[in-house]
Amino acid sequence: MLFQIDAVSRSFGAKHSVLRSKKPVVQAVDGVSLHLDAGETLGLVGESGSGKSTLGRLAVRLLEPSAGRIFLDGVDIGTLGGRQLRAMRAQVQMVFQDPYGSLDPRRTVGAAIAEPMKEHGAWRADGPAKVRELMCTVGLNPEHATRYPHEFSGGQRQRIGIARALALNPKVLVLDEPVSALDVSIQAQIINLLGKLQRERQLAYLFIAHDLAVVRHVSHRVAVMYLGRIVELAARNSLYASPAHPYTESLLAAVPVADPAAARAKPRARVLGEIGSAANLPGGCRFHPRCVRARELVARPGSANRATIPIRPVDTRYGPLPHACVHDDPTLADRGDGTFVACHYPNAAAAA
Amino acid sequence: MNSSLPAVFRIPRRHAPADAADASDSIRTGETRIDPEAVLEIDGIRTVFPGAVVVDDVSLSVRPGRTLAVVGESGSGKSMTFLSALGLVAPPGRVTHGRVLLDGVDIARLSGEALRRVRGASISMIFQDPMTALNPVFTIGEQMTTLLRAHERVSRSAARARAAGLLERVRIPEARARLDAYPHELSGGMRQRVLIAMAVALRPKVVIADEPTTALDVTVQAQILDLLADLQQETNMAMVLITHDLGLVARYAQDVAVMYAGRVVERGSLERVFGATRHPYTQALFRSIPDLEGEPGCALHAIEGNPPDVAALPAGCAFEPRCAMGRGRANCGSMRPPLVETDAAAHVSACFFWHSLATTGSA
Repeated sequence: MLFQIDAVSRSFGAKHSVLRSKKPVVQAVDGVSLHLDAGETLGLVGESGSGKSTLGRLAVRLLEPSAGRIFLDGVDIGTLGGRQLRAMRAQVQMVFQDPYGSLDPRRTVGAAIAEPMKEHGAWRADGPAKVRELMCTVGLNPEHATRYPHEFSGGQRQRIGIARALALNPKVLVLDEPVSALDVSIQAQIINLLGKLQRERQLAYLFIAHDLAVVRHVSHRVAVMYLGRIVELAARNSLYASPAHPYTESLLAAVPVADPAAARAKPRARVLGEIGSAANLPGGCRFHPRCVRARELVARPGSANRATIPIRPVDTRYGPLPHACVHDDPTLADRGDGTFVACHYPNAAAAA
Repeated sequence: MNSSLPAVFRIPRRHAPADAADASDSIRTGETRIDPEAVLEIDGIRTVFPGAVVVDDVSLSVRPGRTLAVVGESGSGKSMTFLSALGLVAPPGRVTHGRVLLDGVDIARLSGEALRRVRGASISMIFQDPMTALNPVFTIGEQMTTLLRAHERVSRSAARARAAGLLERVRIPEARARLDAYPHELSGGMRQRVLIAMAVALRPKVVIADEPTTALDVTVQAQILDLLADLQQETNMAMVLITHDLGLVARYAQDVAVMYAGRVVERGSLERVFGATRHPYTQALFRSIPDLEGEPGCALHAIEGNPPDVAALPAGCAFEPRCAMGRGRANCGSMRPPLVETDAAAHVSACFFWHSLATTGSA
């Protein structure tokens, strides 16, 4: 296990309310655990507000966790300080969605790529040669090292961002929506480049994205986040073929497919309303206000004959729902075969 | 000669005229309708900025109750085409050619009050970012009543009641209470619903939705587009969906136009453009996107290079430098391919070699 996030939480708003204002505590990430092996891509999907970007920032320690530990090569990063922490940080790098926003417009691209090496004291006599090599690696012309970021297209800027992230020879890359700002024709170039780099360098990727088709293409395993929690984590094929959590099912149902016949045959949106606020979490299962399956279970109890928990409908402001969904917070449970799901009534097919 | 054609129109049957400008001039004569059944026809629009032609002889039409998807990457001119049609191009940009027929009346010649009456009432537009399209210092109710009272003689209280009804129609819960909310108090999806309510408030004949869900989550995106499709069914309005997402096109459109570097490169019915693609750029787009069905993990067929700079277009086909099919073939580098009819009526392609796609089998 190369990289491990263990029961990490992060809340915002609590300590910083100086005047004891009623600023609500936002539990952006709530006890999330996951791990990455070398050469592996873990996709992380969820709507905006699910906490997936916060989790990415915690992973590279742009943010400090409120609770929990992060391990790299078995070493708890939280116990390190000074030089050791710096060395560890170099191993886990981040690529951002907006490469333009993360580049200084007044510095040449060569200087931008050299910066991490200089910051980390890794700049040697062969530095300029390394910059040229990195540019070649990501498919940029090394003669363009003296140009400025605005002279590059969006796709080329993302290549610059990747070159910077690779400068310190990291083992783990956190990719936060790395292709969502790019044109369709450029997305494929960057996805292919990331695949090539992973094979050559055995990089581990935490690939954060909202595009489920892209995530399916790049990931070995996929984690689905909802309001700060992982609600389902499974191998790619099993997650896409038979989603166990109703939220995963809803996300997949909402993905439009570029085939007219299949697109029309697809059922309509299977999720109610919009993601709630992490500052005002519902009791019980966090997804119950939007869950279509919970409503179906009450409407047609026969459809849940495999359910281990009795349905016992209760009336809530969202209509009649199973008692367990409203009152008990489901934990992320191992169903065997590496599939984890946090739902009282998971789809039975997924276990098969 | 094309008056009997459905949905798509104005198809030069000649092949590769030596001078494209001459050809288009000879076609655009008289005040004839291009598609008599269309509610909106854009005919040969050309928009220039200093040093660049950003919309180059674009013709499109849409019929009542149907949705035309306009597909293209950033800089392809897809948004600019419709901003031009509505007279919303800001200087130094200038619309130099073309007609915009709304029910056969050329609105490109209108100005001032007359044009303002058309915009919003007969044609309305929904933009990508609902936060910037709404005024942050006025409540939702104030903005909606202002819109209604600008176009119709209604009392303030009647306008407010109608605004509440409109919010209910776009399925905003607790509609009456939401009238007193400011835009920032609503979620992105709710804001987009408000904009849709405003766009359909005056029962327009055409709604132009410019990337209406790009800023939204995939679950909310489906809700918003399903809502638009339902409203379209109720009112028989025509819709233009400007998008880069081929999945949305497949689900919500009946007609498709693909734009590249300011021009339409392929246009036809959804079934034809998706099932019998006749332009190498369209085909490359399909191949470059990962989907939920294909083999994961393998290399995607990326389109090499970058979208072109419209200020420095090549002399020939704008796609030629990136085209896997045409590279090195005669004409592609030196002559602009005109839009010509392919092997199906009303399916046009701006490729000299569309036949190759027909014979090798596409899609």
